Amino acid sequence: MNGINQEDTRRTVERIARESYGRLVAYLSVHTHDLASAEDALSEALVSALNHWPQDGVPQNPEAWLMTAARRSLIDVIRHQRVVQASEPTVKLLKEDCVETVTGTQFPEERLKLLFVCAHPAIDPGMHTPLMLQTVLGLDAARIAHAFLIAPKTMGQRLFRAKTKIRSGGIPFEIPEEHDLPERLDAVLEAIYAAFGIGWDDMVGADQRGRNLAEEALWLARVLLQLMPGEPEVQGLLALMLHCEARRPARRAPDGRYIPLSEQDPEQWSLPLLEEAERHIAEAFKQGRAGRFQLEAAVQSVHAGRARSGRTDWAAIALFYGRLIHISGALGTRVGYAAAVAEANGPEAGFAALELIDQCDVSDYQPYWAVRAHLLHRLGKTRDAADAYDRAIGLAEDPAVRTFLLQKRG
Amino acid sequence: MQFALMIYHTPEEFDMRKGDYSDPHLGAWRAYYKALVEAGVYVGADALEVPETGTTVRLREGKRRVQDGPYADTKEQLAGFIILELPSVDAALEWAARCPGASLGAVEVRPLAKEALRQGFTG
Repeated sequence: MNGINQEDTRRTVERIARESYGRLVAYLSVHTHDLASAEDALSEALVSALNHWPQDGVPQNPEAWLMTAARRSLIDVIRHQRVVQASEPTVKLLKEDCVETVTGTQFPEERLKLLFVCAHPAIDPGMHTPLMLQTVLGLDAARIAHAFLIAPKTMGQRLFRAKTKIRSGGIPFEIPEEHDLPERLDAVLEAIYAAFGIGWDDMVGADQRGRNLAEEALWLARVLLQLMPGEPEVQGLLALMLHCEARRPARRAPDGRYIPLSEQDPEQWSLPLLEEAERHIAEAFKQGRAGRFQLEAAVQSVHAGRARSGRTDWAAIALFYGRLIHISGALGTRVGYAAAVAEANGPEAGFAALELIDQCDVSDYQPYWAVRAHLLHRLGKTRDAADAYDRAIGLAEDPAVRTFLLQKRG
Repeated sequence: MQFALMIYHTPEEFDMRKGDYSDPHLGAWRAYYKALVEAGVYVGADALEVPETGTTVRLREGKRRVQDGPYADTKEQLAGFIILELPSVDAALEWAARCPGASLGAVEVRPLAKEALRQGFTG
């Protein structure tokens, strides 16, 4: 085979793998609850595709081809496990489905169940996002480990433990009942947002991995919206992330300097992303079930309004943050509220709101110290401001943010 | 649980230490130290002189071998260490990522040996 064809095939397999990975893993594991075996079977199928397709050509329905290949290797694995009684019905089921796929029938979409499994309350919340990134998107443990600041070996072990728990812990592969749904959905949304947050914080210089992780999070949110059309919180999350993503090009000067939101040039914000975000948030709010992600998106939407009006409506932002505090008292919300109040009603009012936050919670929370330093500076308390700036500088991870704060500190 | 953060500098970073008190590089280190102390995780720390000032001693077959310079001939060299009291390695890695030394050189995080082993050393 010539090199170009090989290369074409590799790209085709990569594209299909990205499109189909989660769908295939979800379907292959829905009966067995065995994510690790499903992933192994799929990766064998992908290797097999790389070997066969350059010669035989890419099949008409590549996803069905991969499914059939993966299922065969999965049946082998189950047979080898010799848990005959338990697995015989599964094998029968897999075989029956096999026939259907060959005749061209679409296999059912099971990714939603998989997302709920990954964010199940019985699994360590810290592992919800890594599990999703691996089982739905096919990211390898080493890449996930980088993003989460965990040693690759440790991440591999934690993923393995989580999957063992899913397999043997009786975690159901199903869409939660209506009364459980809001809470369970919230865990799924949190996990997707965590992936985005990591990608967002991490956009340091030439390192591309952060940017990619944010894209993966957007992809997950789009998949989720496709699976739960019209769910306002899903639309809220997507709108929130699109708003942040739209500003990405404006966050750095050409020389790599950090530019805070208030000093960003709205001309550099991505208009298509902003418009998409606005569309989602408008649709979501129409349903009259405002939740955390819709409100956070609304805050970002007000910021985006500066592109049209040239000014920021801080009173509106403070209002949305005020409503957010009632839903969740998260540290970020309370700090955001204080910052908005300071802009709307002056630094004294903002500082008073900041003082309501318990000092024990903020010892290593960087944004609190950055806002505190800024407000003390505006209040003319130079020495206290310098102390707070030091804390913010010391807790900063991004060298560009550190440099920015060092200059502010003077 | 105690962890050592071992800070490895590039030659450029060793040079940057020559700045005066207003140097932003030193400012970042001062701020980091302050954040560690205020967060209540700081146990101890110190900085080392440049690697060229090191001398390495070995005793082989009863003979003294003395070598100019540091133990390992690598580009990045040990520049100092910080001991922190933290609940987990995850927290230690968070603090390592915030360390100004992580953005140019490298920071190795390693748990201190178990109490029993340390007492075996110190009696």
